Amino acid sequence: MAVKRAEGSGSYGTSPYVLVLSLIGLIIAGFGVKVLIDPHGGENVLASIYDLLGNSAGAGLLRNGGGDQFLAKLLLGAIALLVGVGGIWLLFTTASTLVERLPPKMRDRILPWVFIAPALILLSVYLVYPAVTTVIGSFHDKKGAFTLDNWASLATGPFLEILRNNVIWLVVATAGSVGLGLLVAALFDRIKREALAKVFIFTPLAISLVGATVIWKFVYAWQPPSQPQFGLLNAIWTSFGNTPIAWATTFPINLPAEMLIMIWLQTGFAMVVLSAAIKGVSVEVLEAARLDGANDRQIFFKVIIPLIRGSIITVTTTIAITTLKIFDIVMSISGGHNHDDVVAVRMFTEMFQFFNDGRAAALATVLFIAVLPVMILNLRSFRRQAAM
Amino acid sequence: MATPQAVPPIAAASKGRSRFWRAPLLESLPLRLSVLVICLLWTLPTAGLLVSSVRNPQLITQTGWWVGLLHLFDKDQWTLHNYEQVLAANGMGNAFLNSLIVTIPSTVIPITIAAFAAYAFAWIPFRGRGILFTLVVALLVVPLQMALIPILKIYSGASLYGTFVGIWLAHTAFGLPLAIFLLYNFISQLPRDLFESASIDGASPFQTFIRIVLPLSIPALGAFAIFQFLWVWNDLLVALVFLGPGTDVRVMPTALFNLLGAYGGAWHLLTAGAFLTMIVPLGVFLALQRAFVRGILAGSVK
Repeated sequence: MAVKRAEGSGSYGTSPYVLVLSLIGLIIAGFGVKVLIDPHGGENVLASIYDLLGNSAGAGLLRNGGGDQFLAKLLLGAIALLVGVGGIWLLFTTASTLVERLPPKMRDRILPWVFIAPALILLSVYLVYPAVTTVIGSFHDKKGAFTLDNWASLATGPFLEILRNNVIWLVVATAGSVGLGLLVAALFDRIKREALAKVFIFTPLAISLVGATVIWKFVYAWQPPSQPQFGLLNAIWTSFGNTPIAWATTFPINLPAEMLIMIWLQTGFAMVVLSAAIKGVSVEVLEAARLDGANDRQIFFKVIIPLIRGSIITVTTTIAITTLKIFDIVMSISGGHNHDDVVAVRMFTEMFQFFNDGRAAALATVLFIAVLPVMILNLRSFRRQAAM
Repeated sequence: MATPQAVPPIAAASKGRSRFWRAPLLESLPLRLSVLVICLLWTLPTAGLLVSSVRNPQLITQTGWWVGLLHLFDKDQWTLHNYEQVLAANGMGNAFLNSLIVTIPSTVIPITIAAFAAYAFAWIPFRGRGILFTLVVALLVVPLQMALIPILKIYSGASLYGTFVGIWLAHTAFGLPLAIFLLYNFISQLPRDLFESASIDGASPFQTFIRIVLPLSIPALGAFAIFQFLWVWNDLLVALVFLGPGTDVRVMPTALFNLLGAYGGAWHLLTAGAFLTMIVPLGVFLALQRAFVRGILAGSVK
């Protein structure tokens, strides 16, 4: 697959100015990082500028937490963008041009690592090392002694409820999204203004889960029976003579209410992928089926679905993994206090309310174990695809 | 299994297709109606939010937003004051800037790092290449929850907690496996001749990357950029854990989340605040619809 370079071939001759300039840039970026890590970095820099300009009054105000705070923020933002976006490029440029100046043999051996190293370091520090630490941490109590309590406690009442909720989420939200996505994709395949109709369904995908939760909390809004119902759902519900229901906070109706938010979002994703797959089924195949006497329903279930099975599995896996880690919706609606708690939310509560890192680690590990089969399948299919 | 598949472009709806399904108008009426109803149902919740966000605060809780629509030309119904209030008094303006400061580098940095790595994985031979790439594939589905506790500990020690640099690095690392994987799939398919002739002309790998790989990979880079941008912009968990609720640095989802907790019934603020968090992603979506869809299709592993 790779191109073999002539070993020890001549120098590359990147201009030395590039090296000097990028080195200088890197040093400046280093100062920028220092400003960014300082909680009052923006104010301090602006204050220094004011000092230089002779505006000592403005500088004093800024240092005491007053003055042109907004300007300081904008300055900080500009520094952040320059450092964040420029810094990474300077880093690669400096390292590559530096290594290119080494003797050819050494250079060819080191150069690939210059390209790979940042990725490897970040992956090791932020994913591999923490994953191992988290698994180990799940077997330790608050004082750091070995214990099985964290795991044993997962088999007790409140945690069984949490695990039950996660399983319900996994099944209902995933099946709902994929099912609806498939239905919508199939329906829209048959109309003329398909592209326009699709926009309505997949626009929610761009919205944050917290934003979506606010949208739906407003739909679910509840008022005492004597007062006007401004929530859409209760307005419809009470117009049939029913008493209003607090959909978002009454167990067990809150579970489907929360899951509906996820389905509303994820259906668009399922639709996009499945619609693309349905388009991949050629008209000739469909026409052949019709000639054989199949009606539309049979064509859908007996021809299209089997042909797009791969895509359905992909979409289901992806949505299932997302659903498994569901956090934002439950966190924003109740914080998991209405018998609607889930693993990711409880993990957060254990970390920041109970300061029980061991149990939080056990909960994280539960999520990890749940995705292990997918990881193994991914690795297998990758091995099969590429003989690297 | 969960690897992205080659999918034909959305617009490939051929004329033959619609002719195949076409039915007489009367017969296709149920179909058309159900499509209409589905689209309406999907849009109503957002419409309610939008309408309410510009309604007079007292009216929001007195009548449903649909009633407000009946009084479209009644000046007392409408106001922009909700936005003013939530932007200034509730810190949404500041959070908006913070979100930009967090999201842009958190998109550019992982793409850059991943592009360099994917190029090396695809075209430069080195020892351990196969094993290291297998590691990347394995990391694709590791829940980021596994990283939270240890990283938080490191951050408290290194005073990176609550800093922009800290969250850039976290988002970068969490986005890297997918980025490397997707860009590798793309870059490894570039024609071999390009790299051979570049090598013969004496171009260094760095020059080859800048002059050949990057320009040719723009579709893949763009698709991932949109995916990562939306992911970071909309993220609540990573922001809550590594930036915290401090008003200096908090991003829009955190600000909206706090608003929900503090003013759970203040719908004029919540609706306006929620819409503010949606403006940028919706803008990105409307401007780059096609690339957005590509990004979604591409990102279907995460």
